[in-house]
Amino acid sequence: MDNLDSIYTDIIMQHSTETFNKKNLVNPTDKEHGHNPSCGDDITLEIIMNGNIIEDLAFTGHGCAISQASTSIMCDLLKGKTKEEAIELINIFIKMIKREDVTEEELDKLEEARALQNISNMPARVKCAELAWYTMQKLLEK
Amino acid sequence: MTSSEIKKDFSILNNQEITYLDSGATTQKPTQVIRAVDRYYEEENANPHRGAYRLSIKATEVYDEARKKVADFINATYPEEIVFTRNATESLNLIAYSYGIENLKNNDKIVLSIMEHHSNLVPWQFVSQKTGAKLEYMYINSEGEIPYEEIDKKIVPGVKVVGITQVSNVLGTINPVKEIVKKAHSIGAIVVVDASQSVPHMKVDVTDLDADFLVFSGHKMLSPLGIGVLYGKKELLEKLKPFLYGGDMIEYVYEQETTFAPIPTKFEAGTQNVGGAVGLSSAIDYLNNIGIENVEKIEKELMSYAMEQLSKLDFITVYGPKDLNKHASVISFNVNGVHPHDVASILDSENVCIRSGNHCAQPLLRYMGLDSTCRISFYIYNTKEDVDKLINALIKTRDMFAKWINK
Repeated sequence: MDNLDSIYTDIIMQHSTETFNKKNLVNPTDKEHGHNPSCGDDITLEIIMNGNIIEDLAFTGHGCAISQASTSIMCDLLKGKTKEEAIELINIFIKMIKREDVTEEELDKLEEARALQNISNMPARVKCAELAWYTMQKLLEK
Repeated sequence: MTSSEIKKDFSILNNQEITYLDSGATTQKPTQVIRAVDRYYEEENANPHRGAYRLSIKATEVYDEARKKVADFINATYPEEIVFTRNATESLNLIAYSYGIENLKNNDKIVLSIMEHHSNLVPWQFVSQKTGAKLEYMYINSEGEIPYEEIDKKIVPGVKVVGITQVSNVLGTINPVKEIVKKAHSIGAIVVVDASQSVPHMKVDVTDLDADFLVFSGHKMLSPLGIGVLYGKKELLEKLKPFLYGGDMIEYVYEQETTFAPIPTKFEAGTQNVGGAVGLSSAIDYLNNIGIENVEKIEKELMSYAMEQLSKLDFITVYGPKDLNKHASVISFNVNGVHPHDVASILDSENVCIRSGNHCAQPLLRYMGLDSTCRISFYIYNTKEDVDKLINALIKTRDMFAKWINK
């Protein structure tokens, strides 16, 4: 179970079961729906932009522990960031999950989202971890 | 023959320490089938129906023999009632295009069960959109069965096509197909039976069922991937327009028009998958050698044992019929509080292969108020030890998640 212990870590389990970021926002400025048809993961991100700053970010929906944790961690990370900073972080995260070259410095920027790095060793679960980040990318690049 | 003896024929299950519980998705293949396909390519391969030389004639012969074997296996009256396709999905598309779109009209009705696999559902949505025919569903009760009142309520005059899966690929429900066919015929509808989850596992007799069309995939019954079957009553097939156009399915081709070959060739355009047909033929030999009654017996014992063991776990919810006589060897369940995809990953780390997700049956899961389930499905090579490994892995899953579930 060594491999699994590096996936279902306390950080991931905590985020997947807590509800702090899992809620509807009052008067969101935008929202975006993301879905993995094969496994049924289904999330909706809601955002409040204040100028160029992500003032608040939350989600609703359902899915596996990995997808829920990844979404919650992303919400924590991107809150307070500018649109450009957020896009950069999303790109780093996707590179990490796809096992492309990322520097230690870049990984540091991901903070808790680094906990998802080991998912890159589980091809069947990569999509679960990516869902929120691709959905956010779509939302920001609208 | 016991399942432990049968298992020896499946190298993949002996070379790797895996507990394979996903035969509803695709089965493993015995050495005999793999060898038969090898032998075909090493000794008999040529393009069938083409050459005047002996090798091509041999390829044509083995292809025709495979057709005859399939016809006998499901008790079709004529070999030409068997059309080879890529898989059940292609067979169903053939029916949708060549029968559905050609015969249905505005305000006709198509009735499906809510437990249809997307393959017997999405093509009918397409037919409905093209023709204006209305699509309606027969719903299930809390045990995952279609009540007789529901059948009587939905299969009424105006219905032209009834689509029904013989065994649900999610719930394992064995549907009363014979009764549904009888009802449908009484009001002038034809019946399309999805037998993908039944033909590999139980005696299916198309003549006794009186089914108009019946489809299944070879790969779910020990064959290689890429060979499927469409059974259709001769008089129906003869009236249908072709599905795919091109080589082999023709009689005379003129610059502006073509006459078509008789059935089944009319529906088999292009060079056919003879290797696949040889594999399917060999798979039928393998099953006949065990005896389809024994296949049923082995699976029923396993399914009953699994149900009994699962019922001892208070953190598991099992879906589908309680009456095990209406239950095939497909079982859907959930580990309370743990998402099926996480369950499948944890079971995988214990070398137990199960399916998680919506099993290509989104309308069924939505109707049941579920997003996804875990699914196990057995075949002749599974043993009680496989069930025990599953149960132990499920207990580990629960233990791993326990402190988070009860938060």
